[in-house]
Order: sequence, then C-alpha cells, then structure tokens
Amino acid sequence: MKSVIAKELVKNYRVKSVGKKSKDADSKKIVRALDSLSLEVEEGTVLGVLGPNGAGKTTTVRVLTTLLKPDSGSAFVGGIDVIKNPHEVRKIIGLSGQYAAVDETLTGWDNLVMFARLHRMKPAAATKRAEELLEQFSLTDAARRPIKTYSGGMRRRIDLAASLIVRPKVLFLDEPTTGLDPRGRQEMWGVINSLVDSGVTLLLTTQYLEEADQLADEIAVIDHGRVIARGSADELKRQVGGERLEIVVEAEHLDAVREIVARISHSVIIDRDLRQVSAPVSTGTKALIEAVKALDDAQIHPLDLGLKRPSLDDVFLALTGHSAEENETETLMKEER
Amino acid sequence: MSALHDALIIMKRQLLQLVRIPEVLIFSTIQPVMFVLLFRFVFGGSISTGLEGVDYVQLLMPGIFVQTVAFTLAGTAVGLAEDMEKGLIDRFRSLPISRSAVVVGRALGDSALNVVVLFVMGIAGYLVGWRPSSSPLSILAGFLFLLLFGFSMSWIGVLVGLSVRQARVANTVVFLAVFPLTFLSNAFAPTTGMPKALQYFAEWNPVSTVVAGCREFFGVINLFGVTAQSFPSREPIFMSLVYMALLMAVFIPLSVRKYKRSSSR
Repeated sequence: MKSVIAKELVKNYRVKSVGKKSKDADSKKIVRALDSLSLEVEEGTVLGVLGPNGAGKTTTVRVLTTLLKPDSGSAFVGGIDVIKNPHEVRKIIGLSGQYAAVDETLTGWDNLVMFARLHRMKPAAATKRAEELLEQFSLTDAARRPIKTYSGGMRRRIDLAASLIVRPKVLFLDEPTTGLDPRGRQEMWGVINSLVDSGVTLLLTTQYLEEADQLADEIAVIDHGRVIARGSADELKRQVGGERLEIVVEAEHLDAVREIVARISHSVIIDRDLRQVSAPVSTGTKALIEAVKALDDAQIHPLDLGLKRPSLDDVFLALTGHSAEENETETLMKEER
Repeated sequence: MSALHDALIIMKRQLLQLVRIPEVLIFSTIQPVMFVLLFRFVFGGSISTGLEGVDYVQLLMPGIFVQTVAFTLAGTAVGLAEDMEKGLIDRFRSLPISRSAVVVGRALGDSALNVVVLFVMGIAGYLVGWRPSSSPLSILAGFLFLLLFGFSMSWIGVLVGLSVRQARVANTVVFLAVFPLTFLSNAFAPTTGMPKALQYFAEWNPVSTVVAGCREFFGVINLFGVTAQSFPSREPIFMSLVYMALLMAVFIPLSVRKYKRSSSR
C-alpha cells in the first residue's frame, strides 16, 4: 500500500521583485516552486527527497502536511485526500522541520505535555507520554530546563519528540540535520534509524546524499520543482559512477600515474591544471590500496590521494548537467504574499 | 467545545511562560507604573480637574488603566509574530486542532495577563492616592469593562502579528498606532485645551470613551472630554461597548481567516 501519493503537484508563488519601483504587472514575478511533482512512498519505508536549496523540498512537505494548498494536482496521505480532508490527515501525521518549532521559553516537559494535551490526551496520559518521549530521546535530564538552554542537537530531538506524540502513521522530516555539527548529525541519524525500525513510514528531505544513503530505502532527486530521478542509493550512485580515486602528483609524474591507474580503472581523466589523475572505481578501498602499492613500487610520492564519494553535486552534475548550486526560489519564497 | 478546550491549552501555555520567566510581568507593569508616577507627581500638579474636591489622581488612574490594556495588542502582535518566525504556528497548523484555537487562546492568554497587570496597577494607584468612590460591584464592573476592551484590542494585535511575521516590525507598527491614540484622548489631560478639530477626534476616540466609561464606573464625573458635547462623551459606556463589538466583529473573522492561510516560510 502507498502511504503517500503526490500527483502532478503545481505551486506557484508570486514574488515581488526587489529594486523595481514601477507598479506594472512585470514587477511581480512568478516562481514555480512545484512543477508537476509526483512521488509515492510505500507503507513502512523511507523516502529521501534529495535536492539543493530552492528545489521545492520544503514546499512538497508543506503541501503534504496540509500547511499549503497546491495550485493543482492531488495528494493522499494514509489514503486520505490532503486537499479535501486536511483535518483527518493531521490526525495521522507528524511533522518536524528545519527549525525547532517549540516554545523556547517553556521547558521540554511543558512543551510535550502541551502538545499531548492538544492531541486530546487526558492530563495523566499526556504527562506519561511526555515522560516516555523524554526518556526515549535522552532528554530526561534536561526536561525541566527551558528549551532556550538546549544545544542544537537537543532542540532537534525535542522537536522530533513533539511530532511523535500520537505515534504518527506517516512522519515528515524536513532537513532534520541541516545546521547540526557532525556529532549532532550522528545522534539524529541514530534516533531516526530507530524510528524507522519501529515501522513508521517516513518522508525526509535532505541536501546530503550521504544522509539519504544512510536513512532512505528510496531516493527521489528533485530539481526546479520536479522529480528528475528516483531509485535506491546504489542505483543513483551507479548512475553517477560511484566512488572516484583521486591522486594529485607533481606534474612530471602525471603520465606515469595515468598508466598505473589505467590498470585499476577503465576510464582515467587527467587534469593538468590541478595535476590530478582521477578515475571511477568499483572496488572501494581495495582499489585505493592497489594504487598505493603501485605508486610506491614506482617510487612516486603523491601530494594527495584518496577515495571521493559522490556528493549531491556529483549526482546533479550527472543527472542535469548543472551543479546543485543554490537557486533563488527558496529565499524568494519567504517573501511570498 | 473542543475548540474551547484547545484554546484554553494555548492560553495555559502563556500563563506557563509567565511562571517560567516572571521578568515579563515586571516589564509589562514597569512602564505603566512609571506613567503613574510621572503624571501624578510631575505633570499632575499643573492639571486642573475642574471638579471641586476631586484630585487629579482619580481621573488619571482610569486613563492609565486604559492605556495599559490598550497596549495589550502589542504583546499579542509580538507574541504571534515570534511564533510565526519560530515555525511554531506551522506546528500548530499541522495538528488536528480547531482552526481558531491558537488565536483565541492567544487573545484569552493576553487577557489573563491583563488581570495580573491591572491588579498590580490598582495597588500602585492606591499607594499614590487613588480611591474609587463607587460601590464594590461598580468597581468590579469597571475592571471587567477594561478587560473586555483589552480582549477586543487583542484581535487587532492578532491580525498585525500574523501579517507582519516579524516581532520587531510588529512592535514598531503597534507602538506607532497605539501611542498617539492614547494621547489624543482625555486619558491624561482635558480635551478642552486642544484645537477644535482634535477635540472632536479625541471625543470619538475609543480610548476616550473607555476612559470616560471607567471614570463613571469608579465614581468620578468625567469632565475631561465634554466640550464638543458629542454623543460619545454623553454616553461613553454604551459607545465603548459598540466600539468593542465592532472591533471583534471585524477583527475576529479576519484574524481566523489569516491564521488559516498563514504560513511561516
């Protein structure tokens, strides 16, 4: 069964262009945030929506969580029509965004109890649920402190906890680790993975291929408001070419290194400006060790050497021919209406 | 019923904020208390009440009370704009709660805050010589009248807060609008000294009618704004209630509609 279905969603924003003083119709620019976007999430699985800033990730989540009405298209969550029956959808979803959407002056405990009460729980049940969640997210010690005093990682956890009060059927996480330090990110991944193990259907957006790879069963790559590729992380990486071996050496060794690398990989690229030899490899660190041995035998000492995993940028380059640079849409969206 | 349940939980959130950061209460009472001291002891000596045996402070305190509750809408606007900035409104909108709960709860919460603030102001007034001369019941009615005015003004704040989406902007907008309104009134000085055109404005100003109404409830004849003999200055309580009803009839539906459509980002 499909837990989430989005069909040909279109959303345009009217944006006042800055710096133009004339009041004619031209001064309002239309930005297409969603351009016939379609996606599906199978029940009990995780879909990673991968794309750069402004690709339409947040808009997609906002439409699916009933916060925003699309201009056209349809969407169903848990079999319920998001546009016709938003109130019923709200009962079965959880949403956690890029920012900690909790009351920062109140304590973690206060917040969770409030949200539980808003979910119509009786006071005793609300208290019990709040304590369970605080325990689950290792926030028991900080429970009685105002959220203001929390670290970035703790804020994300309390925000996530607030979205799990009623054990949602479908959980939406909008860039759950953006802005976190590596440790915070690791913690968040651990928390999300344990949620996934418990069987929740999850749609998460991210700018990091690595994150989608870690957490998602399937990835939908979006750009300019439409899905441009979908598949498992491995399938996408195969399209991109997987890992690359990169060796930087003194200019005079470039040709010798090319011959060494050619024994490991079928297509070798030399960049003489960067003094770099690079090649796609399929055997991972084994290829790296082979290269090190061969270079050592030839008594060439590389200036730099390593395996590079494909980044979002590589995926974009491979799929669209342009890099995943930030485009204007998302920043302009803030001025909408 | 469930709408009220949700609104009360949102209101409780604001009272909890008060418990968690009591400084807020100090900040919301310190300015009005300073006004009391300023007008009572600095300007008050040069303002004639025109009434035999009535101190200026008897006329001043209702003015200060009204100014204080009128500024409720600043708190409402700033609070909602902050919730908007933080994404909290998004979270509320993604919950299966009544569509009016968040804004109704906010307006009720600010009224609850007003109860506390008015209590503190009442004590401050008593200390500087304010002695309402009417019956206890009439005094109570006066305070309920003030709370109702604060509640109806809150709804302007709801709309402003949801519209400007930035706490700092909300604060400026509200201040620029409310401050002149409270001074172009009979709250602090008789309107008789104003140019004729301003007198008419001041007499029709809702702040004046509420101040005049309050003075009646507290047992003082209001002579501060009757030169033009306009209808509001003759029937201030009735006129105030009309104003409040109008404010709510216009701003409650607008605010709820705005909330339904609002989105933080």
